[in-house]
Amino acid sequence: MLQEIVISGFGGQGVLSMGKILAYSGIMEGKEVSWFPAYGPEQRGGTANVTVILSDKPISSPIVDLYDIVIVLNQPSLDKFESKVKPGGTLIYDDYGIRRKPARKDIHVFKIEAMDESMKMNNTKVFNMLVLGGLLKILPMIKLENVMKGLKKSLPKRHRKLLSMNEEAIVHGMEIISREG
Amino acid sequence: MSEEISLMKGNEAIAHAAVRYGADGYFGYPITPQSEIIETLMELAPWKTTGMIVMQAESELAAINMVYGGAGCGKAVMTSSSSTGMSLKMEGISYIAAGELPCLLVNVMRGGPGLGTIQPSQSDYFQTVKGGGHGDYRLITLAPYSVQEMADFVALGFDLAFKYRTPSMILTDGVIGQMMEKVRLPEFKRRRSEEEIRKQCPWATLGRTPDRAPNFLTTLEMDSSLMEQRNIHLQAKYKEIQQNEVRYQEVLCDDADYLLVAFGSAARICLKTVDLARAEGLKVGLLRPITLWPFPSEILEKYASKVKGMLTVELNAGQMVEDVRLAVNGKMPVEHYGRLGGIVPTPDHVLEALKKLI
Repeated sequence: MLQEIVISGFGGQGVLSMGKILAYSGIMEGKEVSWFPAYGPEQRGGTANVTVILSDKPISSPIVDLYDIVIVLNQPSLDKFESKVKPGGTLIYDDYGIRRKPARKDIHVFKIEAMDESMKMNNTKVFNMLVLGGLLKILPMIKLENVMKGLKKSLPKRHRKLLSMNEEAIVHGMEIISREG
Repeated sequence: MSEEISLMKGNEAIAHAAVRYGADGYFGYPITPQSEIIETLMELAPWKTTGMIVMQAESELAAINMVYGGAGCGKAVMTSSSSTGMSLKMEGISYIAAGELPCLLVNVMRGGPGLGTIQPSQSDYFQTVKGGGHGDYRLITLAPYSVQEMADFVALGFDLAFKYRTPSMILTDGVIGQMMEKVRLPEFKRRRSEEEIRKQCPWATLGRTPDRAPNFLTTLEMDSSLMEQRNIHLQAKYKEIQQNEVRYQEVLCDDADYLLVAFGSAARICLKTVDLARAEGLKVGLLRPITLWPFPSEILEKYASKVKGMLTVELNAGQMVEDVRLAVNGKMPVEHYGRLGGIVPTPDHVLEALKKLI
Protein backbone atom coordinates (compact mmCIF):
# COMPACT_ATOMS: atom_id res chain seq x y z
CA MET A 1 0.00 0.00 0.00
CA LEU A 2 1.26 3.44 -0.93
CA GLN A 3 -0.94 6.53 -0.60
CA GLU A 4 0.45 9.90 -1.57
CA ILE A 5 -1.89 12.57 -0.27
CA VAL A 6 -1.97 16.36 -0.31
CA ILE A 7 -4.28 18.48 1.84
CA SER A 8 -4.58 22.13 0.90
CA GLY A 9 -6.65 25.03 2.15
CA PHE A 10 -6.56 28.35 3.94
CA GLY A 11 -4.08 28.82 6.76
CA GLY A 12 -5.96 28.41 10.05
CA GLN A 13 -8.34 25.75 8.68
CA GLY A 14 -6.40 22.99 10.40
CA VAL A 15 -4.80 21.59 7.26
CA LEU A 16 -1.44 20.84 8.90
CA SER A 17 -2.97 19.32 12.02
CA MET A 18 -5.30 17.15 9.96
CA GLY A 19 -2.21 15.88 8.14
CA LYS A 20 -0.50 15.25 11.44
CA ILE A 21 -3.43 13.23 12.77
CA LEU A 22 -3.46 11.22 9.54
CA ALA A 23 0.28 10.55 9.88
CA TYR A 24 -0.05 9.54 13.54
CA SER A 25 -2.96 7.25 12.62
CA GLY A 26 -0.71 5.66 10.00
CA ILE A 27 1.90 4.94 12.66
CA MET A 28 -0.76 3.34 14.87
CA GLU A 29 -1.66 1.14 11.88
CA GLY A 30 2.00 0.12 11.56
CA LYS A 31 2.67 2.12 8.37
CA GLU A 32 5.65 4.16 7.31
CA VAL A 33 4.70 7.84 7.18
CA SER A 34 6.02 11.20 6.08
CA TRP A 35 4.52 14.67 6.58
CA PHE A 36 5.95 17.61 4.67
CA PRO A 37 4.39 21.07 4.97
CA ALA A 38 4.61 24.02 2.67
CA TYR A 39 6.25 26.19 5.32
CA GLY A 40 6.38 29.45 3.39
CA PRO A 41 4.78 32.71 4.49
CA GLU A 42 1.54 30.78 5.06
CA GLN A 43 -0.64 32.24 7.75
CA ARG A 44 -4.26 32.63 8.72
CA GLY A 45 -6.11 33.63 5.54
CA GLY A 46 -3.28 32.62 3.20
CA THR A 47 -2.95 29.15 1.68
CA ALA A 48 -1.35 26.19 3.41
CA ASN A 49 -0.74 22.64 2.28
CA VAL A 50 0.84 19.46 3.53
CA THR A 51 1.92 16.26 1.79
CA VAL A 52 1.27 13.08 3.76
CA ILE A 53 2.55 9.72 2.54
CA LEU A 54 1.43 6.41 4.05
CA SER A 55 3.18 3.26 2.93
CA ASP A 56 3.88 -0.35 3.81
CA LYS A 57 7.50 0.13 2.67
CA PRO A 58 10.08 2.77 3.64
CA ILE A 59 9.23 6.06 1.96
CA SER A 60 11.69 7.35 -0.61
CA SER A 61 10.85 10.91 -1.57
CA PRO A 62 8.68 13.05 0.72
CA ILE A 63 8.12 15.24 -2.33
CA VAL A 64 6.10 13.83 -5.21
CA ASP A 65 4.87 14.90 -8.65
CA LEU A 66 1.32 13.54 -8.56
CA TYR A 67 -0.97 12.42 -5.74
CA ASP A 68 -3.32 9.47 -5.21
CA ILE A 69 -5.56 11.69 -3.12
CA VAL A 70 -5.95 15.47 -3.31
CA ILE A 71 -8.05 17.22 -0.67
CA VAL A 72 -8.77 20.86 -1.49
CA LEU A 73 -10.60 23.21 0.79
CA ASN A 74 -10.63 26.46 -1.21
CA GLN A 75 -10.53 27.77 -4.78
CA PRO A 76 -6.78 28.54 -4.98
CA SER A 77 -6.05 24.99 -3.76
CA LEU A 78 -8.39 23.46 -6.34
CA ASP A 79 -6.76 25.55 -9.08
CA LYS A 80 -3.30 24.47 -7.96
CA PHE A 81 -3.85 20.77 -7.30
CA GLU A 82 -6.60 19.49 -9.65
CA SER A 83 -3.97 18.76 -12.32
CA LYS A 84 -1.81 16.93 -9.75
CA VAL A 85 -4.24 14.03 -9.17
CA LYS A 86 -2.95 10.77 -10.68
CA PRO A 87 -5.27 9.46 -13.42
CA GLY A 88 -7.75 7.21 -11.62
CA GLY A 89 -6.96 9.03 -8.36
CA THR A 90 -9.30 10.83 -5.99
CA LEU A 91 -10.18 14.49 -5.50
CA ILE A 92 -12.13 15.58 -2.43
CA TYR A 93 -13.30 19.17 -2.23
CA ASP A 94 -15.39 21.40 -0.03
CA ASP A 95 -17.50 23.63 -2.28
CA TYR A 96 -17.75 26.47 0.23
CA GLY A 97 -16.63 29.52 -1.77
CA ILE A 98 -15.89 27.44 -4.88
CA ARG A 99 -16.67 29.31 -8.11
CA ARG A 100 -15.20 26.81 -10.59
CA LYS A 101 -15.93 23.15 -9.96
CA PRO A 102 -13.51 20.30 -10.69
CA ALA A 103 -13.50 19.52 -14.42
CA ARG A 104 -11.44 16.35 -14.81
CA LYS A 105 -13.25 13.22 -15.94
CA ASP A 106 -10.43 10.71 -15.40
CA ILE A 107 -10.51 10.90 -11.59
CA HIS A 108 -12.96 10.17 -8.79
CA VAL A 109 -14.46 13.39 -7.42
CA PHE A 110 -16.12 13.65 -4.01
CA LYS A 111 -17.73 16.66 -2.37
CA ILE A 112 -17.91 17.29 1.35
CA GLU A 113 -19.76 20.32 2.68
CA ALA A 114 -17.74 20.40 5.84
CA MET A 115 -17.60 24.18 6.19
CA ASP A 116 -21.41 24.56 5.96
CA GLU A 117 -21.86 21.62 8.31
CA SER A 118 -19.42 22.95 10.90
CA MET A 119 -21.18 26.33 10.84
CA LYS A 120 -24.52 24.56 11.29
CA MET A 121 -22.97 22.75 14.25
CA ASN A 122 -21.84 26.17 15.49
CA ASN A 123 -18.34 24.73 15.83
CA THR A 124 -15.98 25.58 12.95
CA LYS A 125 -13.07 24.13 14.93
CA VAL A 126 -14.12 20.60 13.98
CA PHE A 127 -14.14 21.47 10.27
CA ASN A 128 -10.92 19.56 9.57
CA MET A 129 -12.11 16.48 11.47
CA LEU A 130 -15.26 16.37 9.34
CA VAL A 131 -13.03 16.34 6.27
CA LEU A 132 -10.83 13.63 7.77
CA GLY A 133 -13.95 11.55 8.42
CA GLY A 134 -15.01 11.97 4.81
CA LEU A 135 -11.61 10.83 3.60
CA LEU A 136 -11.70 7.72 5.80
CA LYS A 137 -15.21 6.86 4.59
CA ILE A 138 -14.21 6.64 0.93
CA LEU A 139 -10.69 5.27 1.53
CA PRO A 140 -10.76 3.13 4.64
CA MET A 141 -6.98 2.72 4.61
CA ILE A 142 -6.73 3.07 8.36
CA LYS A 143 -8.98 1.45 10.97
CA LEU A 144 -11.12 3.94 12.84
CA GLU A 145 -9.74 2.76 16.19
CA ASN A 146 -6.22 3.61 15.00
CA VAL A 147 -7.37 7.04 13.85
CA MET A 148 -8.75 7.65 17.32
CA LYS A 149 -5.43 6.55 18.82
CA GLY A 150 -3.60 8.85 16.39
CA LEU A 151 -5.89 11.72 17.32
CA LYS A 152 -5.14 11.20 20.99
CA LYS A 153 -1.38 11.09 20.30
CA SER A 154 -1.37 14.28 18.26
CA LEU A 155 -3.53 16.39 20.56
CA PRO A 156 -1.51 18.26 23.18
CA LYS A 157 -2.37 17.04 26.71
CA ARG A 158 -4.14 20.28 27.54
CA HIS A 159 -6.62 19.61 24.72
CA ARG A 160 -7.48 16.02 25.69
CA LYS A 161 -10.92 17.12 26.85
CA LEU A 162 -11.72 17.90 23.21
CA LEU A 163 -11.12 14.29 22.20
CA SER A 164 -14.72 13.09 22.14
CA MET A 165 -15.89 16.17 20.21
CA ASN A 166 -13.29 15.46 17.54
CA GLU A 167 -14.16 11.76 17.44
CA GLU A 168 -17.81 12.59 16.89
CA ALA A 169 -16.87 14.98 14.10
CA ILE A 170 -14.85 12.29 12.32
CA VAL A 171 -17.82 9.90 12.47
CA HIS A 172 -20.18 12.64 11.29
CA GLY A 173 -17.81 13.51 8.43
CA MET A 174 -18.26 9.97 7.14
CA GLU A 175 -21.98 10.66 6.72
CA ILE A 176 -21.76 13.90 4.76
CA ILE A 177 -19.39 13.03 1.91
CA SER A 178 -20.95 12.38 -1.49
CA ARG A 179 -19.74 11.20 -4.86
CA GLU A 180 -19.86 13.62 -7.79
CA GLY A 181 -18.11 11.81 -10.61
CA MET B 1 17.72 3.39 21.04
CA SER B 2 14.50 3.84 22.94
CA GLU B 3 11.65 1.50 22.01
CA GLU B 4 9.08 4.21 21.52
CA ILE B 5 8.44 5.52 18.03
CA SER B 6 7.73 9.24 17.81
CA LEU B 7 6.52 11.39 14.95
CA MET B 8 8.47 14.61 14.78
CA LYS B 9 10.23 17.16 12.58
CA GLY B 10 13.91 16.81 11.82
CA ASN B 11 14.55 20.03 13.74
CA GLU B 12 12.73 18.67 16.79
CA ALA B 13 14.70 15.42 16.57
CA ILE B 14 17.96 17.37 16.78
CA ALA B 15 16.80 19.11 19.96
CA HIS B 16 15.68 15.89 21.64
CA ALA B 17 18.87 14.09 20.62
CA ALA B 18 21.06 16.88 22.03
CA VAL B 19 19.44 16.65 25.45
CA ARG B 20 19.64 12.85 25.38
CA TYR B 21 23.31 12.94 24.36
CA GLY B 22 24.09 14.77 27.56
CA ALA B 23 25.05 18.00 25.82
CA ASP B 24 26.10 20.81 28.16
CA GLY B 25 24.88 23.80 26.23
CA TYR B 26 23.05 25.18 23.23
CA PHE B 27 23.53 28.78 22.14
CA GLY B 28 21.58 30.09 19.17
CA TYR B 29 19.52 32.76 17.51
CA PRO B 30 16.22 31.87 15.81
CA ILE B 31 15.90 31.80 12.03
CA THR B 32 13.53 29.98 9.65
CA PRO B 33 13.60 27.09 8.76
CA GLN B 34 15.35 25.84 11.90
CA SER B 35 13.69 27.74 14.76
CA GLU B 36 12.05 24.53 16.03
CA ILE B 37 15.47 23.50 17.35
CA ILE B 38 15.64 26.26 19.95
CA GLU B 39 11.85 26.22 20.45
CA THR B 40 11.90 22.50 21.26
CA LEU B 41 14.90 22.90 23.55
CA MET B 42 13.11 25.69 25.42
CA GLU B 43 10.04 23.46 25.74
CA LEU B 44 12.10 20.53 26.98
CA ALA B 45 13.74 22.86 29.55
CA PRO B 46 16.72 20.54 30.11
CA TRP B 47 18.27 22.95 32.64
CA LYS B 48 15.66 21.56 35.04
CA THR B 49 16.59 17.94 34.35
CA THR B 50 20.03 17.21 32.86
CA GLY B 51 21.48 20.63 33.66
CA MET B 52 22.00 21.51 29.98
CA ILE B 53 21.96 25.24 29.32
CA VAL B 54 19.80 26.60 26.49
CA MET B 55 20.36 30.22 25.63
CA GLN B 56 18.96 32.53 23.00
CA ALA B 57 21.90 34.83 22.40
CA GLU B 58 21.52 38.43 21.27
CA SER B 59 22.97 37.59 17.84
CA GLU B 60 24.62 34.85 15.81
CA LEU B 61 28.03 36.38 16.62
CA ALA B 62 27.35 36.13 20.33
CA ALA B 63 26.06 32.58 19.97
CA ILE B 64 29.13 31.22 18.17
CA ASN B 65 31.47 32.91 20.61
CA MET B 66 29.56 31.39 23.53
CA VAL B 67 30.15 28.04 21.82
CA TYR B 68 33.85 28.95 21.50
CA GLY B 69 34.02 29.64 25.22
CA GLY B 70 32.10 26.53 26.24
CA ALA B 71 34.17 24.32 23.93
CA GLY B 72 37.35 25.75 25.46
CA CYS B 73 36.14 24.38 28.80
CA GLY B 74 35.72 20.90 27.31
CA LYS B 75 31.93 21.15 27.39
CA ALA B 76 29.72 19.50 24.76
CA VAL B 77 28.25 22.63 23.23
CA MET B 78 26.38 23.38 20.04
CA THR B 79 24.71 26.02 17.92
CA SER B 80 22.38 25.96 14.96
CA SER B 81 21.29 28.38 12.29
CA SER B 82 20.29 28.66 8.66
CA SER B 83 22.46 29.86 5.79
CA THR B 84 22.52 33.65 6.24
CA GLY B 85 22.86 33.20 10.01
CA MET B 86 25.61 30.63 9.50
CA SER B 87 27.55 33.16 7.39
CA LEU B 88 27.68 35.40 10.46
CA LYS B 89 29.18 32.55 12.48
CA MET B 90 32.04 31.83 10.09
CA GLU B 91 34.68 33.91 11.86
CA GLY B 92 34.00 32.09 15.12
CA ILE B 93 34.05 28.71 13.39
CA SER B 94 37.50 29.43 11.96
CA TYR B 95 38.70 30.31 15.49
CA ILE B 96 37.19 27.12 16.95
CA ALA B 97 38.83 24.99 14.25
CA ALA B 98 42.17 26.79 14.78
CA GLY B 99 41.88 26.36 18.53
CA GLU B 100 41.25 22.62 18.00
CA LEU B 101 38.06 22.70 19.99
CA PRO B 102 35.16 20.27 19.68
CA CYS B 103 31.62 21.49 19.06
CA LEU B 104 28.54 20.66 17.02
CA LEU B 105 27.23 23.05 14.37
CA VAL B 106 23.91 22.64 12.56
CA ASN B 107 23.01 24.45 9.35
CA VAL B 108 19.43 23.92 8.13
CA MET B 109 20.01 25.49 4.73
CA ARG B 110 17.69 27.91 2.97
CA GLY B 111 18.06 29.56 -0.42
CA GLY B 112 20.64 32.30 -0.90
CA PRO B 113 22.65 34.30 -1.66
CA GLY B 114 21.91 37.26 0.56
CA LEU B 115 18.84 37.14 2.74
CA GLY B 116 17.48 34.84 0.02
CA THR B 117 14.41 32.81 0.81
CA ILE B 118 13.19 30.64 3.67
CA GLN B 119 12.64 27.70 1.29
CA PRO B 120 15.02 24.69 1.21
CA SER B 121 18.35 24.77 -0.57
CA GLN B 122 21.74 23.07 -0.53
CA SER B 123 23.71 26.07 -1.67
CA ASP B 124 26.02 26.23 1.37
CA TYR B 125 27.99 23.16 0.28
CA PHE B 126 30.96 25.29 -0.78
CA GLN B 127 30.75 27.38 2.38
CA THR B 128 30.82 24.28 4.57
CA VAL B 129 33.34 21.99 2.90
CA LYS B 130 35.61 24.50 1.19
CA GLY B 131 36.15 27.01 3.93
CA GLY B 132 33.52 29.58 4.79
CA GLY B 133 35.72 31.11 7.41
CA HIS B 134 39.32 32.12 6.74
CA GLY B 135 42.38 29.93 6.80
CA ASP B 136 43.25 26.31 6.03
CA TYR B 137 40.69 24.48 8.14
CA ARG B 138 38.14 21.77 7.50
CA LEU B 139 34.80 20.84 9.04
CA ILE B 140 33.67 17.26 9.49
CA THR B 141 30.37 17.52 7.60
CA LEU B 142 27.49 15.09 8.07
CA ALA B 143 24.51 15.18 5.68
CA PRO B 144 21.42 13.46 7.16
CA TYR B 145 18.65 12.43 4.77
CA SER B 146 15.94 11.42 7.25
CA VAL B 147 14.54 12.51 10.59
CA GLN B 148 16.15 9.40 12.11
CA GLU B 149 19.56 10.52 10.87
CA MET B 150 18.95 14.03 12.21
CA ALA B 151 18.64 12.41 15.64
CA ASP B 152 21.50 9.94 15.16
CA PHE B 153 24.02 12.42 13.77
CA VAL B 154 23.90 14.58 16.90
CA ALA B 155 25.76 11.88 18.84
CA LEU B 156 27.97 11.03 15.85
CA GLY B 157 28.83 14.70 15.33
CA PHE B 158 29.72 15.27 18.98
CA ASP B 159 31.71 12.01 19.19
CA LEU B 160 33.77 12.85 16.10
CA ALA B 161 34.30 16.41 17.33
CA PHE B 162 35.72 15.16 20.63
CA LYS B 163 37.70 12.34 19.02
CA TYR B 164 39.54 14.75 16.71
CA ARG B 165 39.21 17.99 18.69
CA THR B 166 37.57 19.75 15.78
CA PRO B 167 34.12 21.19 15.02
CA SER B 168 31.57 18.99 13.21
CA MET B 169 28.71 20.26 11.13
CA ILE B 170 25.33 18.72 10.45
CA LEU B 171 24.53 20.16 7.02
CA THR B 172 20.85 19.77 6.23
CA ASP B 173 18.04 21.82 4.73
CA GLY B 174 14.45 22.98 5.12
CA VAL B 175 13.04 19.73 3.71
CA ILE B 176 14.63 17.46 6.32
CA GLY B 177 14.28 20.08 9.08
CA GLN B 178 10.56 20.67 8.50
CA MET B 179 9.31 17.22 7.57
CA MET B 180 7.96 14.76 10.11
CA GLU B 181 8.80 11.08 10.06
CA LYS B 182 8.97 8.23 12.49
CA VAL B 183 11.99 8.36 14.73
CA ARG B 184 13.44 6.29 17.54
CA LEU B 185 15.26 8.69 19.81
CA PRO B 186 18.55 7.64 21.42
CA GLU B 187 18.60 6.60 25.08
CA PHE B 188 19.37 9.26 27.68
CA LYS B 189 23.03 9.62 28.58
CA ARG B 190 24.17 11.37 31.71
CA ARG B 191 26.11 14.64 31.26
CA ARG B 192 29.79 14.17 32.03
CA SER B 193 30.94 15.26 35.46
CA GLU B 194 33.67 17.91 35.89
CA GLU B 195 36.04 15.07 36.77
CA GLU B 196 35.22 13.18 33.60
CA ILE B 197 35.70 16.32 31.50
CA ARG B 198 39.12 16.91 33.12
CA LYS B 199 40.09 13.37 32.19
CA GLN B 200 38.70 13.42 28.64
CA CYS B 201 39.93 16.93 27.84
CA PRO B 202 43.30 17.52 29.58
CA TRP B 203 43.69 20.60 27.36
CA ALA B 204 40.50 22.27 28.62
CA THR B 205 40.74 25.63 30.37
CA LEU B 206 38.90 24.73 33.55
CA GLY B 207 40.76 27.02 35.88
CA ARG B 208 44.20 26.81 37.54
CA THR B 209 44.75 23.50 39.27
CA PRO B 210 47.31 22.74 41.99
CA ASP B 211 48.80 19.75 40.14
CA ARG B 212 49.65 21.32 36.76
CA ALA B 213 50.41 24.53 34.92
CA PRO B 214 47.39 26.39 33.56
CA ASN B 215 46.18 25.44 30.10
CA PHE B 216 46.35 28.16 27.48
CA LEU B 217 44.19 28.28 24.34
CA THR B 218 44.96 30.75 21.58
CA THR B 219 44.75 30.92 17.81
CA LEU B 220 47.31 33.72 17.53
CA GLU B 221 50.92 32.94 16.67
CA MET B 222 53.15 35.91 15.75
CA ASP B 223 56.09 33.71 14.76
CA SER B 224 55.35 32.39 11.27
CA SER B 225 57.54 29.34 11.62
CA LEU B 226 55.47 28.31 14.64
CA MET B 227 52.25 29.16 12.81
CA GLU B 228 53.38 26.93 9.96
CA GLN B 229 53.93 24.10 12.47
CA ARG B 230 50.40 24.60 13.79
CA ASN B 231 49.07 24.36 10.23
CA ILE B 232 51.10 21.24 9.50
CA HIS B 233 49.68 19.67 12.65
CA LEU B 234 46.12 20.56 11.59
CA GLN B 235 46.67 19.13 8.12
CA ALA B 236 48.00 15.86 9.57
CA LYS B 237 44.83 15.62 11.67
CA TYR B 238 42.64 16.30 8.64
CA LYS B 239 44.45 13.56 6.73
CA GLU B 240 43.72 11.11 9.52
CA ILE B 241 40.03 12.10 9.40
CA GLN B 242 40.01 11.57 5.64
CA GLN B 243 41.46 8.10 6.11
CA ASN B 244 39.08 7.02 8.88
CA GLU B 245 35.77 8.80 8.65
CA VAL B 246 34.42 8.64 5.10
CA ARG B 247 30.79 7.52 5.10
CA TYR B 248 28.45 6.88 2.18
CA GLN B 249 25.49 4.75 1.11
CA GLU B 250 25.15 2.75 -2.12
CA VAL B 251 21.67 2.02 -3.49
CA LEU B 252 21.46 -0.43 -6.40
CA CYS B 253 24.93 0.59 -7.59
CA ASP B 254 26.19 -2.94 -8.34
CA ASP B 255 24.70 -3.38 -11.80
CA ALA B 256 24.13 0.32 -12.54
CA ASP B 257 24.93 1.86 -15.92
CA TYR B 258 24.33 5.34 -14.54
CA LEU B 259 24.76 6.75 -11.06
CA LEU B 260 22.89 9.56 -9.39
CA VAL B 261 25.06 11.26 -6.77
CA ALA B 262 23.14 13.26 -4.19
CA PHE B 263 23.09 14.08 -0.47
CA GLY B 264 20.41 14.98 2.07
CA SER B 265 16.97 15.89 0.72
CA ALA B 266 18.13 15.57 -2.90
CA ALA B 267 19.13 11.96 -2.16
CA ARG B 268 15.60 11.23 -0.89
CA ILE B 269 14.15 12.58 -4.13
CA CYS B 270 16.69 10.53 -6.12
CA LEU B 271 15.70 7.33 -4.26
CA LYS B 272 12.33 7.60 -5.95
CA THR B 273 13.92 8.48 -9.29
CA VAL B 274 15.92 5.24 -9.07
CA ASP B 275 12.63 3.33 -8.66
CA LEU B 276 11.02 5.18 -11.58
CA ALA B 277 14.05 4.59 -13.80
CA ARG B 278 14.31 0.90 -12.90
CA ALA B 279 10.58 0.50 -13.70
CA GLU B 280 11.42 1.73 -17.21
CA GLY B 281 14.29 -0.74 -17.48
CA LEU B 282 17.07 1.81 -16.94
CA LYS B 283 19.85 0.52 -14.71
CA VAL B 284 20.29 3.46 -12.37
CA GLY B 285 21.81 3.54 -8.89
CA LEU B 286 22.30 6.17 -6.22
CA LEU B 287 25.51 6.94 -4.41
CA ARG B 288 24.82 9.09 -1.36
CA PRO B 289 27.72 10.82 0.38
CA ILE B 290 26.90 10.86 4.11
CA THR B 291 30.09 12.73 4.99
CA LEU B 292 30.53 15.66 2.60
CA TRP B 293 33.93 16.23 4.15
CA PRO B 294 35.74 13.90 4.17
CA PHE B 295 34.31 13.25 0.71
CA PRO B 296 33.83 9.67 -0.56
CA SER B 297 36.18 10.15 -3.52
CA GLU B 298 37.57 6.63 -3.57
CA ILE B 299 34.26 4.85 -4.08
CA LEU B 300 33.33 7.33 -6.82
CA GLU B 301 36.65 6.66 -8.51
CA LYS B 302 35.90 2.94 -8.33
CA TYR B 303 32.55 3.42 -10.07
CA ALA B 304 34.09 5.74 -12.67
CA SER B 305 35.46 2.74 -14.54
CA LYS B 306 32.19 0.79 -14.23
CA VAL B 307 29.39 3.19 -15.16
CA LYS B 308 28.67 5.19 -18.32
CA GLY B 309 27.91 8.45 -16.58
CA MET B 310 27.01 10.20 -13.35
CA LEU B 311 24.47 12.91 -12.60
CA THR B 312 24.81 14.93 -9.43
CA VAL B 313 21.50 16.25 -8.15
CA GLU B 314 21.72 19.20 -5.78
CA LEU B 315 19.47 22.01 -4.66
CA ASN B 316 22.06 24.47 -5.96
CA ALA B 317 23.78 25.60 -9.16
CA GLY B 318 26.42 22.86 -9.06
CA GLN B 319 28.70 22.66 -6.04
CA MET B 320 29.29 19.02 -5.02
CA VAL B 321 29.59 18.23 -8.74
CA GLU B 322 33.09 19.74 -8.60
CA ASP B 323 34.19 17.16 -6.01
CA VAL B 324 32.59 14.33 -7.99
CA ARG B 325 34.45 15.47 -11.11
CA LEU B 326 37.72 15.63 -9.17
CA ALA B 327 37.12 12.11 -7.91
CA VAL B 328 36.42 10.54 -11.33
CA ASN B 329 39.10 12.67 -12.97
CA GLY B 330 37.61 12.78 -16.45
CA LYS B 331 37.10 9.02 -16.81
CA MET B 332 33.47 9.56 -17.78
CA PRO B 333 30.97 12.41 -18.05
CA VAL B 334 29.61 13.95 -14.85
CA GLU B 335 26.63 16.26 -15.30
CA HIS B 336 24.73 18.36 -12.81
CA TYR B 337 21.02 18.91 -12.30
CA GLY B 338 19.73 21.39 -9.75
CA ARG B 339 17.02 23.87 -8.92
CA LEU B 340 17.78 27.19 -7.32
CA GLY B 341 16.50 29.71 -4.83
CA GLY B 342 14.30 27.40 -2.77
CA ILE B 343 12.67 25.37 -5.57
CA VAL B 344 12.73 21.65 -4.78
CA PRO B 345 12.78 19.36 -7.83
CA THR B 346 10.49 16.32 -7.98
CA PRO B 347 11.56 12.73 -8.78
CA ASP B 348 10.15 13.14 -12.33
CA HIS B 349 12.25 16.27 -12.94
CA VAL B 350 15.35 14.32 -11.98
CA LEU B 351 14.36 11.43 -14.27
CA GLU B 352 14.00 13.85 -17.21
CA ALA B 353 17.44 15.28 -16.52
CA LEU B 354 18.87 11.77 -16.27
CA LYS B 355 17.39 10.80 -19.64
CA LYS B 356 19.18 13.74 -21.27
CA LEU B 357 22.45 12.31 -20.00
CA ILE B 358 21.58 8.83 -21.32
